[in-house]
Amino acid sequence: MYRENIIEVENLVKKFGDFTANDNLCFEVKKSEIFGFLGANGAGKTTAIKILCGLLFPTSGKVMVAGYDVYKKRHEIRKNIGYMSQGFSLYEDLTVKENIEFYAGIYGLKRSEIKTRFEDLVQKLGIDELKNKFVRDLPLGWKQKIAFSVAIFHKPQIVFLDEPTSGVDPITRRQFWDLIYEAVESGITVFVTTHYLDEAEYCDRVCIMAEGRIDAIGTPDELKARFQSKNMDEVFVKIARGK
Amino acid sequence: MRTVLIILRKEFKQIFRDRMMIPIIFFMPFVQTLILVYAATLELKNTNITIVDIDHSDFSRHLIAKFNASPFFKVNYQEYNYSLIEDDILKDETKSVLIIPANFEKDIRSGAPVNLQMNINAIDGQSAGLINIYVNQILSGFIKEELVEKTAINPGLLPASINVKSRYWYNEELNFKHFMLPGILVILISMISIFLTSLNLVKEKERGTIEQINVTPIHKWQFLIGKMLPFMIIGIFELTLGLSIGMLLFNLPFAGSVLTLFVFTLIYLFAGIGMGLLISDFAATQQQAMFTIFFFFLIIILMSGIFTSVESMPDWAQSVNKVNPVYYFMRILRSVILKGSTISDLLNEFIALIIFGITVMSFAVWRYRKTV
Amino acid sequence: MKRFSGFLLKEFLHIIRDTRTMLILFLIPIFQILIFGYVIKNEVKDAKIGIIDMSHDNVTEEITARLDAAVDFNVVREYRNYEEAESGFRANEIKAVVVFADNFANDLGKYRSADVQILLDASDPNLANLINSYISVILNKYSHEKIQTGTPALVSTEPRMWFNENLHSAYMFVPGTMALILMLITALMSSISIAREKENGTMEILLVSPLKPIQIILGKLTPYAVLSIVNVISILVIGNVVFGVPVNGSWVLLLLSSFLFILLALSLGLLVSTVVKTQQTAMFISILGLMLPTMLLSGFIFPIENMPVILQYLSYIVPAKYFLIIIKSIMLKGLGLDYIINEVLILISITVGLIALSVLKFKTRLE
Repeated sequence: MYRENIIEVENLVKKFGDFTANDNLCFEVKKSEIFGFLGANGAGKTTAIKILCGLLFPTSGKVMVAGYDVYKKRHEIRKNIGYMSQGFSLYEDLTVKENIEFYAGIYGLKRSEIKTRFEDLVQKLGIDELKNKFVRDLPLGWKQKIAFSVAIFHKPQIVFLDEPTSGVDPITRRQFWDLIYEAVESGITVFVTTHYLDEAEYCDRVCIMAEGRIDAIGTPDELKARFQSKNMDEVFVKIARGK
Repeated sequence: MRTVLIILRKEFKQIFRDRMMIPIIFFMPFVQTLILVYAATLELKNTNITIVDIDHSDFSRHLIAKFNASPFFKVNYQEYNYSLIEDDILKDETKSVLIIPANFEKDIRSGAPVNLQMNINAIDGQSAGLINIYVNQILSGFIKEELVEKTAINPGLLPASINVKSRYWYNEELNFKHFMLPGILVILISMISIFLTSLNLVKEKERGTIEQINVTPIHKWQFLIGKMLPFMIIGIFELTLGLSIGMLLFNLPFAGSVLTLFVFTLIYLFAGIGMGLLISDFAATQQQAMFTIFFFFLIIILMSGIFTSVESMPDWAQSVNKVNPVYYFMRILRSVILKGSTISDLLNEFIALIIFGITVMSFAVWRYRKTV
Repeated sequence: MKRFSGFLLKEFLHIIRDTRTMLILFLIPIFQILIFGYVIKNEVKDAKIGIIDMSHDNVTEEITARLDAAVDFNVVREYRNYEEAESGFRANEIKAVVVFADNFANDLGKYRSADVQILLDASDPNLANLINSYISVILNKYSHEKIQTGTPALVSTEPRMWFNENLHSAYMFVPGTMALILMLITALMSSISIAREKENGTMEILLVSPLKPIQIILGKLTPYAVLSIVNVISILVIGNVVFGVPVNGSWVLLLLSSFLFILLALSLGLLVSTVVKTQQTAMFISILGLMLPTMLLSGFIFPIENMPVILQYLSYIVPAKYFLIIIKSIMLKGLGLDYIINEVLILISITVGLIALSVLKFKTRLE
């Protein structure tokens, strides 16, 4: 089945002074897929995701997100994406409800719309007791699930997740991925970075990065076949040895 | 417009939930007015003066009585002993020593010139200068009253034929507190606008929430207006509170119009918030912002003429003050509150503040980047 | 010992690499001294005054010319009446107006006396006072010379300004700046730096390292002590070379007492850091509890004896007050230890008390 590209990146380079954080990246992301960015810390994943979100200017290369050029149409891009950053980006001194109302308001959702969507969310996540608590009082797992819900609350075309599951227990990670699948089913494209190799198996396609470059790209099955490995762990080790 | 309201609501919630903000907003005006007004005083009152009376005459006693009646001095007496006097000054037991020489009365009556030696500890040069002036004022008063009226000395011998009458306008009692209060309000409002705005924005940077805002389609002017308005409102509140404290506790007169004062304050807040914004553009952490502000704040406050007259400053300093918004606001508050000046009286300051505010704000907004 | 010197080096590097903070630390004292020295002047220079001359005769015009010629004043405008003068005051055009009555020269000739009124903008009371006395001096001088033909002043004073003949303000602000800067660098900076290690959780790592707690504290504090000494010397040199503030007493005594004050400030910073958890609280406490009292209640700018009694009592617990008495006595009065022994003993006992208190706090926290 042919699916259109929702992100197209050609020859993307990002330099910070002498340091090259992204070295000639080329890839595309198809509509409604889960695209994983894999790599160790410092491989350049966060830099790439920030460029796609319009938070950083690329040094050179072509980058199209949701059909818009990141050099010229950042405002249009921002209307069509959601973002969950690595550091924590909900306001700790606001309640869950206030955070959601605030961000939804910024995206221009109508009051009635916010109300119905919020009620749905409360039911889906079962957070009736948590909704009026301050974010700072929530356990980390809940903070991350709610941050994700905030990122897709305005129904963006693409959501960018930067290490969304770092530091949480395996069960919460599993629940988090259930939320991701649900989002994909509703038509949202998911772009996720992670350094957990088992999570790579959950992605439709993965891209393995090291030292600012893309080493391999493909579906998990393709990669396992190409490197004759049983799992992504092995793939990763073989790529690393191959250098 | 609705976006701005949404940000405003969030800001106010956060401000009132911050445990540090409530004391800052509500107690700072009290602390500043009560402590600063009393402590930051260059007014001279009850300074220790030791009078050594060698003459022991009616005249010398009259003169001492005049010193006793003066609010500026607290008189101690001592026998003449030079090493004792020196020791007292060395040990800071007295600030000044006046020596009434032998034959004081006799010489005056015979018309011979009389010279009183005045020793002043002058490490604090300013106080020393004032003490000298006050002593001389008391002396000339003494000559006029005691000599001319009571002893009927030939008026032809009197030094001053030009009668000087001084009238102190706008502050008849020379109340130093009335001079300091407007200055303290300036500090208060500057702190609110510069410190709080920049710390607020840098906090969002430190916590990473600014990134989340930056990926949303919000326009930067919407975001910045939402950030600015709360501090404008708080600034006006602080002015009102500080002014009321001054009027109720210190009998600060209010000669001008409230409207004029608020118009000027709003313009100044706009400029101050612009400066806070600009600093937050460049600072990555709250500590950096604090130190940067602390450094500049000290300079612009001291140069603004809060304690001393700007006209006495060297020319280059006066030129620097042309771009110092605190200087303009200091003049404005003092003139409006104490003298009742109007906007047309203060047209230069009015225009200068507007130009400064627009320039700083445009630069700060231009520097604020959603993408780096 | 080797371990300790390595740690000390790391602490130094930390401070030196934060260029912006370093720059501010060294620039604050220099800027402050220069501003105090060149900008904050309590003298009258080119004060703008106006006149109202109802007589316009040769005497009033000559007096006006004299006022204008004096360095203190600049006669900028003549007003026709009080209303005009008042609007001049409101627009800050002038600080004072000299009013000559009708028939001035005539009266002077006929009755040997004529009336001058000085209107002063007393919204700045000290300045108004100064201007008033300067104008009076000029008027009196005129009458001595022109009207009384040589009669000397009947009673005059011969002021002797001790320790500061020319009334330089530098004699006040150079010692004051020293106290303030030492508080800023040692107490504020060291408490923030320890609080930062706590916030980042790196303090725990240090505490489980083989370094002894006392070594950790010394390692943290030594760089700030060194910085402070450098600052003390630069302030003294600038004060002396640029503003001519002397060191009449013993340099050794001066530096020793500065070192004593540095120790005191460091132990204050240490105590603050054992109490607080975050940098922000450390900053808040240091500025409100240490900097402000040092600035206001030490006699740095504002004479303590002019304050209300409560504040005067409060000033007794401000260490900078004693430090200022000590260094002013050494620098300006040239006194020896015997005159300042009380203040020195007070500072020593405060320091010992603070160190004991912080060690106690530090220990209980570890146990």
